[in-house]
Amino acid sequence: MRHHVIIGNGTAAIGAIEGIRSVSSEDSITVVSKENHPVYSRPLISYYLEGKTDRERMRYRDADFYGKNGCEVLYGVSAEEIDSEKKEVILSDGKHLSYDTVCVAAGSSPFVPPMEGLETVPKKFGFMTLDDALALESAITKDSRVFIVGAGLIGLKCAEGIHGRVGSITVCDLADRVLSSILDAECAGIVQKHLENNGIKFLLSDSVVKFEGNKATMKSGAEVSFDVLVLAVGVRANIGLIKAIGGTVNRGIVVDRKMKTSVADVYAAGDCAEGYDASIGANRVLAILPNAYMQGRTAGINMAGGEADFSTGIPMNSIGFFGLHIMSAGSYDGERSEIRRGDVLKRFFVKDGYLGGYMLIGETDRAGIYTALVREKTPLSEIDFEAAKESAGSRIFSSNVRRKKFGGAV
Amino acid sequence: MKRVYVNEEWCLGCHLCEYNCAWANSGIANMTAALKGKDIYPRIHVEGDERITFAVSCRHCEDPMCVKSCIAGAIRKEDGVVRINRDKCVGCLTCVLVCPYGALAPAGDGIMQKCELCLANSCGAPACVAGCPNKAIVYEDR
Repeated sequence: MRHHVIIGNGTAAIGAIEGIRSVSSEDSITVVSKENHPVYSRPLISYYLEGKTDRERMRYRDADFYGKNGCEVLYGVSAEEIDSEKKEVILSDGKHLSYDTVCVAAGSSPFVPPMEGLETVPKKFGFMTLDDALALESAITKDSRVFIVGAGLIGLKCAEGIHGRVGSITVCDLADRVLSSILDAECAGIVQKHLENNGIKFLLSDSVVKFEGNKATMKSGAEVSFDVLVLAVGVRANIGLIKAIGGTVNRGIVVDRKMKTSVADVYAAGDCAEGYDASIGANRVLAILPNAYMQGRTAGINMAGGEADFSTGIPMNSIGFFGLHIMSAGSYDGERSEIRRGDVLKRFFVKDGYLGGYMLIGETDRAGIYTALVREKTPLSEIDFEAAKESAGSRIFSSNVRRKKFGGAV
Repeated sequence: MKRVYVNEEWCLGCHLCEYNCAWANSGIANMTAALKGKDIYPRIHVEGDERITFAVSCRHCEDPMCVKSCIAGAIRKEDGVVRINRDKCVGCLTCVLVCPYGALAPAGDGIMQKCELCLANSCGAPACVAGCPNKAIVYEDR
């Protein structure tokens, strides 16, 4: 029997547990959970504030999950150090946990750039964790003027989540557009307009120069008076544990396709890891939930002595605001083509005969077919790509391919 | 295990599978009362073009992308059947983003639903297959 330590208790950790248990029912598992909560769905914190879910329903796994999977969970402690010689994890409470393998599933931390006077702001919050959401919830009233720094996925989902519960929301970003990590300028403009139609105000290409209590002075000269500040600038992978022992790190903890780090018997998965991105053919941090689960599961299978590779990770997002759905996947270089119909805009990026990436606004039916074209690098010469652009559907494949997809066990 | 398989050369494109699916999952005994004058949201969809039609529903994959990708932990595989807990779903459509078969679509309320082979409703076996006039979909172990 081997003993596995999992540092973290989020999606990647759950993937690792399920991966280990798919191979071994005997091995013991200890989970180090900094948060005092059993696993919950992090991306659901905005839906929690919006009233679309609750504490019970946002559990990522059933309450008996750890028991059923024979896991010991240590709540409220963090891993301070990995001693790869003695094969021990040293915890914040001073305890040492010995391991045969360890998986670092430590996630990321909010990045807060230095901003003058930030310490003078009485009510300021991040928006990463359930505790962040609960703290924000207790600070807002129906009259609150909320100022959100960061117009990325986190900042905008926060805006949507609290929209019906506050007086006003202003969002600023250094970038010239919203969702700058996943959308180009025109697509972002459509989303921004939709958010503005729902009452959210924007200050783009602008940044805070100085906070004085409940007032922010912007670089543009604008002043924003607010009651509650939310900082959603960005996140950084938690690489410290591996960096400290000389393991290979870049923006994230560098892992191979088995999720092994450069340190023997140490694996990493999820938002802290920099694994293979099939859309660019190189390693990159892919801080999205599906990737965290699949990396975690891959790590777990290998930790328990099984064989698994994960080489099909790509960036992909499905996100909606006030009823407008947006999807994107892959990378956006290559030849661009597009479909426009009323409020619908679909953009496709073709490189070397493959679909390299796409952005969809307002029409997302069967988009997984596009995602699979990107992930599997299907030669576009083998499908009816012109029909595919009009609408995703399996009519774009040859009847032989369809026979395989719909006529056999998959 | 038994799944729904497609014989596209026999599909007439009649959409009866969609109606039977919506009826089976409506909880209403009378087909007319269940469907007439209503927007229906079946879990099987007839796709195609002027040359060919075929009905697409969940493949109940061996290693389903939707289960691994669901941000709410709402989709699970139990006894070979991929099931969704609609109470947990928030309608983010990540499962639509990842399903390579294009087999998933939300219900009218924006929350996802999916084919569960009619094992959880009163039919006990896929109503789409039972009502197909031409065996263009079959329920078999392959």
